[in-house]
Amino acid sequence: MSLHRISAQDHESGKKLGMWLFLYTEIILFGGLFVLYAVYLTLHTQDFIEGGQELNRIFGVVNTVILLVSSFAVAASITAVQQGQKGIALMGLGGSIGCGLIFLVNKYFEWGHKISHGIYPNSERLLEGADGQNIFFGLYYVITGLHGLHIIIGITVLAVAMAFVISGKVGPNRFALLENAGLYWHLVDLIWIFIFPLFYLII
Amino acid sequence: MEPHNHIISYKTLFGVLLALMALTGVTVGASYVDLGRLNVWIALAIASVKASLVLLIFMHMKFEGRLLKLSFLSTVGFLAVMIGFTFWDIAFR
Repeated sequence: MSLHRISAQDHESGKKLGMWLFLYTEIILFGGLFVLYAVYLTLHTQDFIEGGQELNRIFGVVNTVILLVSSFAVAASITAVQQGQKGIALMGLGGSIGCGLIFLVNKYFEWGHKISHGIYPNSERLLEGADGQNIFFGLYYVITGLHGLHIIIGITVLAVAMAFVISGKVGPNRFALLENAGLYWHLVDLIWIFIFPLFYLII
Repeated sequence: MEPHNHIISYKTLFGVLLALMALTGVTVGASYVDLGRLNVWIALAIASVKASLVLLIFMHMKFEGRLLKLSFLSTVGFLAVMIGFTFWDIAFR
């Protein structure tokens, strides 16, 4: 009978697995919303197309690029920490947090624009218009709203990781926290990669 | 070589970013070509390629062990069933 001693590597793997398990629940969460999208796209195709045309593509593309760059920045910060390059790591993390904030500002302008045109949950214009358009924008607000909430959480998590890099609690020998923060952020990017074409590029 | 110590070079990361930007351009361009019902599937296909790049390289999945790879694929499989079967049901009513 042999006993397996739990090694440091086991702990690192365990921390990573824990984060991935959580990410799976997030995938299923957004997945459920995409089920709704798939069904209603089928039932109200024309209304969805018209709804999509009302959304501003430029915002969509800019936000997509911003998140892609931010994912790159986070991945680069992990490489930097692994190589003991603290300055680069902090630039990467700061950059990705900045990208997240710009994304939120864009979202604020986008939503503001829609709201000022009478497009918001339970607005007169949506209630009196076609069912399909009401559903399209309902899904738009719920999905991008939930996604926006995840951006806020992601920014917070990255900020914590950044603080730990500054204080030295995260370093070349101990960076599971940073990796996990990165994983969460990449997931938020992944979800947007699907949201973008489904809402902004339907024609 | 433990997975935990594997380092991805800045060059590789940047290359992936460029690929992602290019694919974003492709998906926007494709949306201007009217292929009817096919447009959604093309958009999803391109999004899946982008997602794979983020997953495999940025999220390090390419270099992870079987447990993570299998559990991730299972999750995606579950999602495919959840979305796909519901979609089929509705489409044939």
